Amino acid sequence: MASFQVFNQTTGDRFSCQDDQSVLKAMEQTGLKCVPVGCRGGGCGYCKIKVVEGEFECGKMSKAHVPSEAIEKGEVLACRLYPLTDLTIECLPQPAAGLSNRQTKTTALR
Amino acid sequence: MRKGVMRPGHVQIRVLDMDAAVKHYVDLLGLIETDRDDQGRVYLKAWTEVDKFSVVLREADEPGCDFMAFKVVDEETLVQLEKDLVDFGVDIEQIPGGELKDCGRRVRFTAPSGHSFELFADKLYTGKWGVTEVNPEAWPRGLDGMKAVRFDHCLLYGPELAATYDIFVNVLGFHLAEQVLAEDGTRIAQFLTVSMKEHDIAFIHHEEPGKFHHASFFLETWEDVLRAADLISMTDTSIDIGPTRHGLTHGKTIYFFDPSGNRNEVFCGGDYTYPDHKPVTWQAEQLGKAIFYHDRVLNERFLTVLT
Ligand code: FES
Repeated sequence: MASFQVFNQTTGDRFSCQDDQSVLKAMEQTGLKCVPVGCRGGGCGYCKIKVVEGEFECGKMSKAHVPSEAIEKGEVLACRLYPLTDLTIECLPQPAAGLSNRQTKTTALR
Repeated sequence: MRKGVMRPGHVQIRVLDMDAAVKHYVDLLGLIETDRDDQGRVYLKAWTEVDKFSVVLREADEPGCDFMAFKVVDEETLVQLEKDLVDFGVDIEQIPGGELKDCGRRVRFTAPSGHSFELFADKLYTGKWGVTEVNPEAWPRGLDGMKAVRFDHCLLYGPELAATYDIFVNVLGFHLAEQVLAEDGTRIAQFLTVSMKEHDIAFIHHEEPGKFHHASFFLETWEDVLRAADLISMTDTSIDIGPTRHGLTHGKTIYFFDPSGNRNEVFCGGDYTYPDHKPVTWQAEQLGKAIFYHDRVLNERFLTVLT
């Protein structure tokens, strides 16, 4: 089983990831928190990151969060991201719908 | 005042991968597969439910909830409620009988929160699974996983809670069992019921319409909730939080995710309500305790991770 290095250039964190393991899972197992963890199922978009270098494969992801154009740009969900080589990733601003749209009333919830 | 809406009838959930979803809902939650249709949808029920199905899975490229339906007492009630909705200015859509297998016609509308709801009067009565109607045993053998007792409620996130309340309470006869109020008196969470349960449907305010927080299934005991937690670990299923207790409803709970990222809850206990009960109120400043009674803080995921 191959193991690859993942480097998060936004936070400077590094961790290793088996080829059959999602990047998010590998990060969680290492005890790091450099990518937000949501559903771990490709559904919520919370763990969206950008792969800036390296080859990868993806499992099924919600089209609402990852339209096909996004995959080409390397913008994918870390919970569905499987490395084929070492990867360099960077954090993305949280999706507009999830966070920045939250206004007064939802702020009261926090 | 009750208007003839009886209970939650079904929920249709979108999943990214049907095989993985069926494994989750059947092997882990313990629902029973009762049918499939030519659209590829899979029909499931929990063992104590008397109708043919309560959960429908549909494969799609975006997870979430297509609609939730409530069963009304009879066709006459359906005709009346349909008229009441139209008179109230709600657009309705007619879904013919048989569109869902063995289910009669459904009246569909979209609430101001952005969620689709349906009312129906008829669905094939198949009886409780695995026990006889006369002199029934306590429970059936052969249940899997968490052995979910029934599909209980959904929690949905969206805007326009007040306008949504008006439809559910004034037109459909739900009553407000529990609420969370902001300092200025704005209701930011509403738990609505047509039964003695603290919620048959719940809403939490969120700017984006039509979001799905979770579908919830009832278990009998705290021991069952702990056993559910064991099964979540054994199957390496994505956990959200728990086992713990809610302040709201005081139910004992665990949250986890299906393989497409839709949140599920299994819970036991919880308070009861009658139509003469005043709503239980939690203040928004105490929201952490209202949601997670032991931790007394919210995890960020509870408010932001949705499908
Ligand atoms: S954690 Fe939800 S999509 Fe990755």
